Amino acid sequence: MTESLVAGSPNPLSHRLFARPEIGATAAAGVILVFFLAAAPAFRSGGSFFTVLYQSSTIGIVAIGVGLLMIGGEFDLSAGVIVTTAGLANSMFCWWFGIDLWVGALLSLAFCLFIGFVNGYLVMRTGIPSFLITLGTFFVLQGANLGLTKVVTGSVTSPDISRMDGYPLLEGVFASNFDAGGVTVWGTVLWWLGFTALAAWVLQRTRTGNWVFAIGGSADSARAVGVPVVRTKIGLFMTVSFLGWFVGMHTLYRFNTLQAGNGVGNEFLYIIAAVVGGTLLTGGYGNAIGVGIGAFIFGTTSLGIVYAGWDPNWFKAFLGVMLLLAVLVNLYVKSLATSTRLLRDSPGKADDA
Amino acid sequence: MTATTVTHDLVSVENVSLSFGSVRALRDVSLTLQPGEITALVGDNGAGKSTLVRCLSGIHRPDDGTVRFDGQPAHFSTPEDARNAGIETVHQNLALVEDLTVWQNLFLNREIVHGFGPLAILDKRAMKREAQRMVSTLAVNVPSVTSTVRRLSGGQRQAVSICRAAGFSSKLVIMDEPTAALGVQETERVEKLITKLREDGHAVLLISHNFAQVMRLADHVWVMRAGRCVAGRRIAQTTGEEIVALITGAQQS
Ligand SMILES: Nc1ncnc2c1ncn2[C@@H]1O[C@H](COP(=O)(O)OP(=O)(O)O)[C@@H](O)[C@H]1O
Ligand SMILES: [Mg+2]
Repeated sequence: MTESLVAGSPNPLSHRLFARPEIGATAAAGVILVFFLAAAPAFRSGGSFFTVLYQSSTIGIVAIGVGLLMIGGEFDLSAGVIVTTAGLANSMFCWWFGIDLWVGALLSLAFCLFIGFVNGYLVMRTGIPSFLITLGTFFVLQGANLGLTKVVTGSVTSPDISRMDGYPLLEGVFASNFDAGGVTVWGTVLWWLGFTALAAWVLQRTRTGNWVFAIGGSADSARAVGVPVVRTKIGLFMTVSFLGWFVGMHTLYRFNTLQAGNGVGNEFLYIIAAVVGGTLLTGGYGNAIGVGIGAFIFGTTSLGIVYAGWDPNWFKAFLGVMLLLAVLVNLYVKSLATSTRLLRDSPGKADDA
Repeated sequence: MTATTVTHDLVSVENVSLSFGSVRALRDVSLTLQPGEITALVGDNGAGKSTLVRCLSGIHRPDDGTVRFDGQPAHFSTPEDARNAGIETVHQNLALVEDLTVWQNLFLNREIVHGFGPLAILDKRAMKREAQRMVSTLAVNVPSVTSTVRRLSGGQRQAVSICRAAGFSSKLVIMDEPTAALGVQETERVEKLITKLREDGHAVLLISHNFAQVMRLADHVWVMRAGRCVAGRRIAQTTGEEIVALITGAQQS
């Protein structure tokens, strides 16, 4: 009677396509791009396209980490301010002690990784939702950014670093651009694409990626089969703070000075990029390509509105609408993903099989 | 090593105690499991059955006493240790990740990979093939190893959990109330799986509230009451009535 397994019934390509997390975002990105190409003549040049990509990369890099973390079932509200913290730590430390910027950049990295570790450790140790823990870190960092900058410089602006030791090399790494056939290409765009490809590869192809989906889907079940849940989650928090540090370095070496209050609010942009890209808020579902497309939608709209000559204030309203639409689309895609293949034999009928 | 006629206990639990704060979940529990047998563990809710099982599968560590597995003292500090030693557990709450596919669940933390470390590359094709083999060996009825667990019925999920426990050359498969949430037909299928496990040479520790099931499947039964292991009987030499009396305390061991 128990007529074993029904040979894998491959579902039609169309269904498999529609069940992918990033499908909604890809369609939306296409529509939005075409819309602004039609509405804003200034938008139709290679130069603007690369400006859009640059804009996308500044959000997209950290959003990759936030997306991975969300797939792993956690949030990080401190991801916006840590970018500023990273830059401030580097510049003020070097300015105060008169040391090479390289040393400062590495110290800043260590500090950011430490914050990520603390976020993860506290969440895992206390069982308090990451939303609350990182809300706390967010306020601590925001206050410390402003407070310490005032102590060191007497204002809310960090000292100019462009004449300090090590500047040219670091600027080359974090904030260079080059000319490609008449358009300016920022290095961060390449970093963004590279990080996205790496994250996508890790998620889909490696053991760690498998664990990220598992701990986001059900941490208890993953723990019961021995998946190192604590280690993996702390690693994800540290990935977010690493990418935050990276963008912090870019911002610092591009502008040479920082406003201590910057970065606040960006944590929501990262989350929006991840959700618009098909990441499920409840964890266990999503992918890195989707997050990249989510960030691209952000870049396209924020600049498209400017190029079209509209009041930029509408941008936030638009983002809100996108988020709501994305949540609805995700819900639909998810239900599709779980119903594409109907059970061949329902348990009640199994014996006739 | 030559064949030996001396049979040793597969598991021996000796004077194990465990407290959660003021709750003494296990008090001086001693029992043994024989290789190749289905051993049942029965007792009222809260008697300590799940807690004992979690000591065997590396989730809890006893405060006191020792657990021997295959003759060796077993100090499992993680579920990973217990699995490596050859103890697989089908937990009461099923312990599958619903958003992962059947094959991903079967191979979770047992991934077939190329390379080492956290960036070891998954061999998905091999895992799917192997998963297919595992489910068909046990004649498990699931639609496809590439479907997500969310889409499976309770019985199918339980079958996948058992399948995972039976794979990976485990010596002991522990099942905590595997049929509690199932319908009649699904229960029947899972019972067939359990006897199949014994035929294949696995020892099984079965926690069940269903006395008829215990009498049907098990070779030996241990009875727990209020954190203690109060009696052990060969199934052939006991009755359902006696077991009930032992559980309620109407009969003292
Ligand atoms: N993690 C825990 N923390 C505190 N108390 C627990 C925990 N697990 C079990 N207990 C308590 O230990 C006792 C035995 O529980 P359990 O082993 O689940 O019983 P059973 O599986 O036989 O129904 C109960 O009183 C239960 O409340
Ligand atoms: Mg129990």
